[in-house]
Amino acid sequence: MRVKLSVNGSVYEREVEEHFTLLRFLREELGFTGAKEGCGAGECGACTVFLDGKTVNSCMVLAVEADGSEVETIEGQALNGSLSDIQAAFDRHHAVQCGYCTGGMVLSVKELLKRIPKPTVPQIKEGIEGNFCRCTGYQQIIEAVLDVSGQAESAGKGELKHA
Amino acid sequence: MLEHMEPSELKLVGRKALRVEGVGKVTGEAVYVSDMALPGMLHAQVKKSPHARARIIRIDTSKAEALYGVRAVIVGKELNYKLGLYVVDKDILAKDEVRHYGEAVAGVAADTIEIAKAAVDLIEVEYEVLPAVLNHMDALKADAPLVHPNLGKYDYVPVFSPQAGTNIPNLSKLRKGDVEKGFAESEWIVEREYTNPSVQHVPMETHVAIVEWKTGDEVNIWSSAQSPFTVRNLFCYTFKLPLNKVRVVVPNVGGGFGGKAGIHLEPLLACLSRKAGGKPVKMRATREEEFCLLPCRSALTYRIKTGVGAAGKILAQSLTLYWDAGAYADYAVNVTRASSYSAAGPYDVPNVKLDAYTIYTNKPYGTAYRGFGHVEFFWGLERHMELIAQVIGMDPLEFRMLNLLKPGSITITGERISDHSGDPAKCLEAAAKAINYGKLTPQEKAREERTGRKIGKGLATLHKAPAMPSFTATAAVVKMNTDGTVIVNIALTEIGQGSATAMAQIAAERLRFPLDRVKVTIEKDTDKEPYDWQTVASKGIILSGNATIMACDDLLKQAYETAAQVLRAQAVDLDHDAQGIFVKHRRDRVISFPQLSVGYAFPDGNAIGGPLIGVGRYIAQGLSNLDKETGQGLPALDWTFGAHGVIAEVDCETGEYKVLKVASAFDVGKVINPDIVRGQAIGGMIQGLGTAICEGYIYDEKGHLLNPSFTDNKIPTAQDLPEEIETIAVETAQLDGPFGARGVGEHPMISVAPALGNAIQKATGAELLHMPIRFEDVWRAVNAKEPIDNWITKTPTGSCRSDPATRHSSPDSAALP
Ligand code: FES
Ligand code: FES
Repeated sequence: MRVKLSVNGSVYEREVEEHFTLLRFLREELGFTGAKEGCGAGECGACTVFLDGKTVNSCMVLAVEADGSEVETIEGQALNGSLSDIQAAFDRHHAVQCGYCTGGMVLSVKELLKRIPKPTVPQIKEGIEGNFCRCTGYQQIIEAVLDVSGQAESAGKGELKHA
Repeated sequence: MLEHMEPSELKLVGRKALRVEGVGKVTGEAVYVSDMALPGMLHAQVKKSPHARARIIRIDTSKAEALYGVRAVIVGKELNYKLGLYVVDKDILAKDEVRHYGEAVAGVAADTIEIAKAAVDLIEVEYEVLPAVLNHMDALKADAPLVHPNLGKYDYVPVFSPQAGTNIPNLSKLRKGDVEKGFAESEWIVEREYTNPSVQHVPMETHVAIVEWKTGDEVNIWSSAQSPFTVRNLFCYTFKLPLNKVRVVVPNVGGGFGGKAGIHLEPLLACLSRKAGGKPVKMRATREEEFCLLPCRSALTYRIKTGVGAAGKILAQSLTLYWDAGAYADYAVNVTRASSYSAAGPYDVPNVKLDAYTIYTNKPYGTAYRGFGHVEFFWGLERHMELIAQVIGMDPLEFRMLNLLKPGSITITGERISDHSGDPAKCLEAAAKAINYGKLTPQEKAREERTGRKIGKGLATLHKAPAMPSFTATAAVVKMNTDGTVIVNIALTEIGQGSATAMAQIAAERLRFPLDRVKVTIEKDTDKEPYDWQTVASKGIILSGNATIMACDDLLKQAYETAAQVLRAQAVDLDHDAQGIFVKHRRDRVISFPQLSVGYAFPDGNAIGGPLIGVGRYIAQGLSNLDKETGQGLPALDWTFGAHGVIAEVDCETGEYKVLKVASAFDVGKVINPDIVRGQAIGGMIQGLGTAICEGYIYDEKGHLLNPSFTDNKIPTAQDLPEEIETIAVETAQLDGPFGARGVGEHPMISVAPALGNAIQKATGAELLHMPIRFEDVWRAVNAKEPIDNWITKTPTGSCRSDPATRHSSPDSAALP
């Protein structure tokens, strides 16, 4: 089937098999490999992208369902070579280790901050609970979100102490 | 390599720095093997066994071969190769017998994943199901079926001791002092058995590789492996190829945790590529395959008998570890060996008898996992310390303090602890202080009253040395570019742990350059990077850190030699800063690094020097092999000590609990980057909480894995974080560590579970012996019901716990062949 959609503002049109997921379409057909597959079953959030302004697990959406839609991926976040505020906060707070979950995590945070500009820690935890991270233990991600939402004083408590 | 520099003199080491590869990761630009595609690439899938143990009667691949787009089909019989890390016991595909649920029996390479999957479905396999041995304690019985009847004929690395005619691919022993005398002198003897099931590493990127086997046996491998040189080594051993024929490339890796330390999909994909005319073949494990085709962490049954003197000193320990290897020996034999010199913990014990068994069963096989056995045996050991303290009526902190290793103590292998070995007591004190150990604060008391739940506080110590050969080596090459920037080549892979950043800080500090003039390679390539043993064991910071310092020194030495000629000065009169080399007493006589970088040209055109390329080689020194009968020797390059303190809140009615706070302290010697140390500490701690609270393999009575998915095998999410986390660094400099540093990658995961168990016991009195600690386990223990575990059978009986008949007897009388 023919699918036409926009990714990060550019239009793409391709012939695609009907069983192809949006995730595979983005990665294998269009080269947007920033969305990752961690489970292929809608449970880990590594494949998170925006579909018409809402985050989805792209492994659970068929490419044909996204026909005519606007998709936003992690590749669309940094503009003209500079990181988005969320990306910069992730970098600054070491909210990244292996990086495999990071793209999905950044987009889930973006969605959270759209809904709640100054989320509390429980709200942040809820906002990213669908994104698994096996490396960081989430704490530095939470601190990055506090910082980027203008709550740096709460984020600042997260320091290594010396005995 | 200890540099006696005051912290104030250090410009980069010990300070914050952004991750060198952070931008690529936050933008999604960082490339992982799972993202890669090569021209003409084929996709592989495997046919997996639905049985735990069965004879393969017949495999019919004709329909699969006839399918359009299928380019190669392979079954085990065609492949006359043996694989193995330490005991060479594995076929690339199962041949006559399958040994675990999920084992691969046939492989297909096809134009697309869909075709490969369809072809796998068309392969017909006829099995004769055989009785499987699932419980590793049953596997020790005289009449147990043998998982590997040919164990006596396999090649193996001689530090191990396979027991032919049994299910034991290794037995490691340790004897110190006279354990019977120690028990005879003891006032108390406490004996218990502790258990935990297999668990999965769950890297977010599952195992993936692309292999092409070209004409003339030129093999190229792209892999999510942790240790490219080990993949090359084992691959060439199996296929009898020269090392310079095989190239292994590792770009970014989406988490390893030990699960990617060995060799996995590469040999099968290589055979498929060869059969398909040399086309590259890719396979990425599904999440389900990650659980059952690829390896897991071994289950353990740990029996501890401890004799304690009247004053509370431990006088004797009899320690028996039964490690469930699963179907293949892989790393489990070396986990067993590591446990044989570490399983007494950071305690001073005069008399020890230790036997550590690796045991084959018909289950997915165990491999390295962050902590390399220590997470598992510290569960038992640190629960046991708590129970002893209770029995003898001493506070658990006081009891631990009394028995901890201190300068002058002799470890169980005979190593003398020095002032520089690290300070376990300081770690334990720091963790205790951070949780206000031993009392409830007024706020905590009020909280108890408000919620009706009980708050308990628990502690646990930990230690770990890198488990590695005594001669483990690495190298670094530092190359200067014509603008004075440098490239550091090391083969230590960046799997998320932050080594690349730490190495950049070390190199920049040593060269006195700003950090942005140093690049550490992220993609590793065995044809380009200098040798490194493996990226495992928390050994990277010491080995690669020292090699990097030496390479920087070598580069500077070359630069000084050329500069001395240009400046007409003796090298001893020279000094340098970030810009260039100058004469100490004539700062205006200076030559810049760019001018020296690839050799210096005088104004008349004459040239001297040459490209500045520093080489550093480092090998572990002073270590020795362990005596096979007594376990005595020097196995440890360094010990990193640590401790966790946990505050938990328990509902005694239901057994539900919540972790309120975890405080962790580690003696890292010297912090290179505080944010990275903290990231390792917290990430490891949460992974440790996963192991402590919920993770584990569940099998039915036929050995089918019941929970190979995130639906049924939960891992911690952001919602599982403790309310408060505190991370503390202790810095007792390691004399031979770079700037005094030692490794801390694995340690945060160790002993989280027993600290939690101890806190729950403090709150409720529940005597927990099995990890993970599920709510129902707490409820049962609170109600003094017999603890059960249902990790193997669907009915709540039988388990990885030993036969009830032998459970309460002395370890010496265990039913062993
Ligand atoms: S890959 Fe889509 S949720 Fe895991
Ligand atoms: S950084 Fe590795 S999974 Fe999140």
